[in-house]
Amino acid sequence: MQSLYPPVKNGKATYDLESQKYLKLWQGPQHPGVTGNMSLELDICGDQVINCNTHVGYLHRGFEKLMERRRYINSFPLVCRICVPEPDTNEYLFAAAMEELLGIDIPERAKWLRTLNLELSRLASYLMWMGGQAGAFGMGTIAQWCLAHRDFVLDLFEEWTGARIYHMYMIPGGVRGELPEGWTGRAEKVISAAEKLLGEIEQVFINNAIFKLRAQGLGIIEPEMIDPYAVVGPNARGSGIKRDLRKDTPYLIYDQLSFDIITENSKDAYGRFLVRWRETQQAIDLIRQIIKDMPTGGAFHLTLPNVLHLKVPKGQTYVKAESTRGEYGYFMVSDGSAFPRKVTVRGPSFSHAMALLEYLAVGVNIADVAGLMVSLHTYPPEIER
Amino acid sequence: MEKDKFDDLEVMDLPTDEESDPGFTEWRKDEKTLLNMGLPEEERDWFCDARPQVHKKSPKIIEDFLNWARAESLWILAFGTGCGAIELRPLLTARYDISRLGMAPRPTPRQANLFMIGGYVSIKTLKRIVRSYEQMQGPKFVVAVCSCAINGGMYWDSYNTVKRIDEYIPVDVYITGCMPRPEAVLAGFDRLKQLIRAGKAEGQNLYAQNFDYYKANQKRIIKDWNMPDYNW
Amino acid sequence: MKQLYEMLCTQYHVYDFEQRQDRLAFVSIPSEQLVSLLTCLRDIYGFSHLALMTCVDWLEESRFQLTYILRNHDGHRELVIKSFIDREHAVADSIHHLWQHARVYQRELHEMFGLSFPGSPGMTEPMILEGWQGPPPMRRDFDTLRYCEDNYSNRDRTHSEPEAHMKATMYPED
Repeated sequence: MQSLYPPVKNGKATYDLESQKYLKLWQGPQHPGVTGNMSLELDICGDQVINCNTHVGYLHRGFEKLMERRRYINSFPLVCRICVPEPDTNEYLFAAAMEELLGIDIPERAKWLRTLNLELSRLASYLMWMGGQAGAFGMGTIAQWCLAHRDFVLDLFEEWTGARIYHMYMIPGGVRGELPEGWTGRAEKVISAAEKLLGEIEQVFINNAIFKLRAQGLGIIEPEMIDPYAVVGPNARGSGIKRDLRKDTPYLIYDQLSFDIITENSKDAYGRFLVRWRETQQAIDLIRQIIKDMPTGGAFHLTLPNVLHLKVPKGQTYVKAESTRGEYGYFMVSDGSAFPRKVTVRGPSFSHAMALLEYLAVGVNIADVAGLMVSLHTYPPEIER
Repeated sequence: MEKDKFDDLEVMDLPTDEESDPGFTEWRKDEKTLLNMGLPEEERDWFCDARPQVHKKSPKIIEDFLNWARAESLWILAFGTGCGAIELRPLLTARYDISRLGMAPRPTPRQANLFMIGGYVSIKTLKRIVRSYEQMQGPKFVVAVCSCAINGGMYWDSYNTVKRIDEYIPVDVYITGCMPRPEAVLAGFDRLKQLIRAGKAEGQNLYAQNFDYYKANQKRIIKDWNMPDYNW
Repeated sequence: MKQLYEMLCTQYHVYDFEQRQDRLAFVSIPSEQLVSLLTCLRDIYGFSHLALMTCVDWLEESRFQLTYILRNHDGHRELVIKSFIDREHAVADSIHHLWQHARVYQRELHEMFGLSFPGSPGMTEPMILEGWQGPPPMRRDFDTLRYCEDNYSNRDRTHSEPEAHMKATMYPED
């Protein structure tokens, strides 16, 4: 690899483009192989990447500035749109941060409904990811299956909350509404079909020789890199680190559900796929447990007085949850008025897509860069909010 | 085909001089050639310096046939510019299936003729949208989904999103929603096909005729213009 | 977490301890001792995960509050460290040698707030905004609505009664 690097003069790499040895390739925003609107600036020698710079900012809407200008209840429609494919974690965290600053506790049934919402959203997001990962390696069939199946899950959401993608279901004090009649029966049908789909994915993709060849050894995350690069979620669990916020610091009713932390010891993209595939199965089991154990009846909402002009007491807090990609956090500062002072969103893709991807992409073939990017499960909207 | 339904298409009021539009800058050498000031001196010869042309219509029978062919094989450019891209994915699956309508996602602008702008557009993305749109071969059409493309949506006071996308590139059909359901997007595509077959999908010709207006707006907003004036 | 605070008190000038929850505590430190406190927490006390690095603009007190959120994975405890720097002369010590992704956070803060972290790599190229010529946008005195009105034009609303307009166009014979 050393012979591939260009000579360095004055601290800058001098590419002799006339020699046609190096090529600067932009895997830019308009590309079917990126997971969102993000671009990679690759320096290539032959077929190998020798340097990678991630460029983000194509989806920057200034959420934190907008949230300072809106009242707390007006920010709820905004907050979902921070992470486009999995919006429920955002809603939950904003509501949880508000409730912690207000010092209120929500009713039991609301907690169960929130957990059900989060787990169902986890299922939908993992299905989309599996489709994306297979598509990045060229197998479009899995993408078709998974996305079609995700549509049935979105139908369940539509029946429950009223919208397919941005539910706006978790509000301060609880949730917005009850489960419809007969919803649990329909949900059971959908998730049984999802379980069967996972079995088919195992047959077609996990045992697939081409996927094994391409994904084994791709993007190796050593355990020593976990803390310097802030690798969280299934990326860390694929390297053998047992960390899951639902078990370590349980929130909502996760301490009443029984599940294990799933890890794999091969630190590459293949291991990460296995971790996420098993976690999809785990999400299905959790949904079944929640539906079975949920207390019937009870209030699903704690009415807050005068919610439009709600004044939250002065304070600062940090709440976190385990989303499909890892640790998702909200740091909220309030100064006693009806407007939040500062809300910072910690998306897990912030460190994965920038520092970690730039490190892992070195030495990878051009064709595998898309597969590597998808295997880190980065969603660009939460990077630049 | 109800032709009178399309007679109320919005006609834009186009400023053409410095007084009515302060961002208008002199950037062309003469009526036909572009200066390409955003590029370094040695590269200006390598890039296109001719203005876009208005597409001339053929005699009626042939034009109807060509319009039918264009409407039944729209190829979408795979560029997920914003939130709306996530509702493009279900359309490709078997449930809503746009390939029975002749539509397919294409990875490069040279092979696409339908540009779906999914939602809000930030300034950095607008530069790439302009670039991809100009690289597409005509006749080309633009569909803007979600309310953010219409009037800024819920980012109406954001410093980084544009509020009216059709000041920068011409839009043929708007589809409202946040998000629109896949059926709503299909209805929008159907309206676009009706427009094409009636011969009224004139976005590309609007762009060529009012190139100065669009270019002036783009240059006012996109401050670091380091690409050709017409990315053909 | 109180014992941790007492142990830190012996070595650093930490003040303003607040225990928010069972495992979440806030503590403040003068900006000169920040890097050595973070190094000590990372190496000796096991707070090896930097979850977030952000900044709050206290315009009325004319200072920035730099916030570092560290987590100890063994005890599952979280410590939030607040360090105040002056608003006019917004320079802070860089921690890019402690965590690799800290340089990305510092780059973002440099762009959004105008803070400067001498020694941090990659500060010259903008990360999120391209061709931005205004003031740092996340500062409290940047008015985003006025910036919008100056630079972007809105669609003028000729139909102020959507119901009447739709009725007239879709069902004219009624």
